[in-house]
Amino acid sequence: MKIHEYQGKAILARHGVPVPRGEMAHTPSEVGAIARRLGGTVMVKAQIHAGGRGKGGGVKLAKTAEEAEQIATQMIGMRLVTHQTGPEGRIVKRILVEEGLQIARELYLGLVIDRAAERPVLMVSPAGGMEIEKVAAETPHLIFKAHIDPATGLLPFQARSLAFSLGLEGSAVGKAVKVMAQIVETFSATDASLIEINPLIVTATGDLLALDAKMNFDDNALFRHPNIKELRDFDEEDPLEIDASKYSLNYIRLDGNIGCMVNGAGLAMATMDIIKLAGGEPANFLDVGGGATAEQIKNAVRILTSDKNVQAVFVNIFGGILRCDILAEGLVAAVKELHVTLPIVIRMEGTNVETGKQMLRDSGLNFTTADAMDQAAATVVKLAGGR
Amino acid sequence: MAVLLDTSTRLLVQGLTGREGTFHAKAAAAYGTTIVGGVTPGKGGTTHEGWPIFNTVHQAVAETGANASLIFVPPPAGADTVMEAVDAGLALVVCITEGIPTLDMMRVVTFMRGKASRLIGPNCPGLISPGKAKAGIIPGHICREGCVGIVSRSGTLTYEAIQQTTQLGYGQTTCIGIGGDPIIGTTFVDALRLFNADPETEAVVMIGEIGGTAEEEAADFIKREFRKPVVSFIAGQTAPPGRRMGHAGAIIAGGKGTAAEKMAALSAVGVHVVKSPAEIGAAVKVALRSS
Repeated sequence: MKIHEYQGKAILARHGVPVPRGEMAHTPSEVGAIARRLGGTVMVKAQIHAGGRGKGGGVKLAKTAEEAEQIATQMIGMRLVTHQTGPEGRIVKRILVEEGLQIARELYLGLVIDRAAERPVLMVSPAGGMEIEKVAAETPHLIFKAHIDPATGLLPFQARSLAFSLGLEGSAVGKAVKVMAQIVETFSATDASLIEINPLIVTATGDLLALDAKMNFDDNALFRHPNIKELRDFDEEDPLEIDASKYSLNYIRLDGNIGCMVNGAGLAMATMDIIKLAGGEPANFLDVGGGATAEQIKNAVRILTSDKNVQAVFVNIFGGILRCDILAEGLVAAVKELHVTLPIVIRMEGTNVETGKQMLRDSGLNFTTADAMDQAAATVVKLAGGR
Repeated sequence: MAVLLDTSTRLLVQGLTGREGTFHAKAAAAYGTTIVGGVTPGKGGTTHEGWPIFNTVHQAVAETGANASLIFVPPPAGADTVMEAVDAGLALVVCITEGIPTLDMMRVVTFMRGKASRLIGPNCPGLISPGKAKAGIIPGHICREGCVGIVSRSGTLTYEAIQQTTQLGYGQTTCIGIGGDPIIGTTFVDALRLFNADPETEAVVMIGEIGGTAEEEAADFIKREFRKPVVSFIAGQTAPPGRRMGHAGAIIAGGKGTAAEKMAALSAVGVHVVKSPAEIGAAVKVALRSS
């Protein structure tokens, strides 16, 4: 799960990480009021779940409260497009207003799980304020790492070594060591999957502050963090994806015109792949899970056919726990009840497959069945208008 | 022969008294697996479907001589349940549970260092040695005793590979679903090492997916040590970056972990890489003929 910058900073601040003074606002007048309270120069920052906001015009400096209010008037409701949002961009609904600071240096700090090492890795770089993927590709010697042993946590010598690699001196070393420890502590206390501070700044007076904050969390651990779960912003998600999540369906909307319904994440990805190989474009990823019920099947059909781009549907099921007769029952009921007229190609295999096929044939509905996956893909691509 | 699991396996089921545990324990027993009992804390001393239930794994092992465990518990209890099985010294621990937090799994792998147990999963369909035994949820009726070893990060794609190799008459030695999470007990390299040493495994099907570098590590291992033909399919060739495709581990992050990179790494070491999941069986045929 992703959260906004202002929410991430609030969490970091609770763990002791220094962040700029600031508040979130929904309206230009709130922005003006916050700017007046902060006094002096402020930063007006659009809050969306994507990076690269500065280049897209989502981060601006205001010398007065009036100017801040004026900037907010333009920013709220704007469609902010960055390299991470895709061409459709995101509508700005929340603004973070923060004190302006005198920046001496911009550093980078990131904490993620290194899957191969099976532990978190803390990464820092003196090349802060830039895209870290670019730094990693062009100047990899400017990235310094320390792996964190789950049994000991981040050790002080590791943090000191990273601080010296950043070229910090004097009291800044101790401050950096402290910030690193606090960020590692935040990571494990919240079951984060990513914390990225870019930039972590050194001010003219020698203080370290998190000027930006990106935090992602492990969805599987949200059950033990109800306060983090509450931070989910539904405005940042596709309405169909939200709808699907209510029925424990794993749905991701894509750009094509062939709706897919599959059991198992791997097979669902493979189904997208085989559609593309056959010359078509998948409209979605949809994993109905291992033990889908007739009710879930019905909602899956409803959700994937409510995408207006969908011209044909491909159902690809390998029945293990999910029995083919249950699937057939759910499909027949859904198509009848929802009056689906789109062509539906069904390829199923596994448990009770013959019963399932018989139920589809007996339904009198316009299903096309196929035995082989590649043949089914070719058929559905043709029915969708093909290429 | 088979790897990890055979007729000498004495299987304990942690979470046997739950709905899924009951269903799959019965299916495994019907397949011929020796199930010796179950563990459900608080229900020790009772019986369930004729099997004795114990409060702890240690007790269960002492009373039944169990040497393997199959786990069906809710995700919050997953890590603890695995560690209890490891602590009791079981050689094989198979965790089907989906949704265990990553940081919990990190503690599990740290706990397991230096211990003798092998963990399969979590978030996996388990494994089956056709004609001998099964520990998990792979449907037995699609399998056939034979010569292909199967290892996969995905459940239903494992079934595809099984079905295709069964239909062509090759059958399988052992099929291992290693799971779709970022941190898992048994990796591709671990499974390949086992198949390398198994005289009856003549070829291996390896099914990967986007995310992480496990397939690249497998490619390195294949180049260095693996002596048998390998067929591979990588799911997610068309997956958009930055989106988690169902499995917690299936995500292209920071431009890394794409299917294209993995397919190139595997092709470069002589693996028969197929673009379509429908071509797995046919590729096994080619691989076995040319070896």
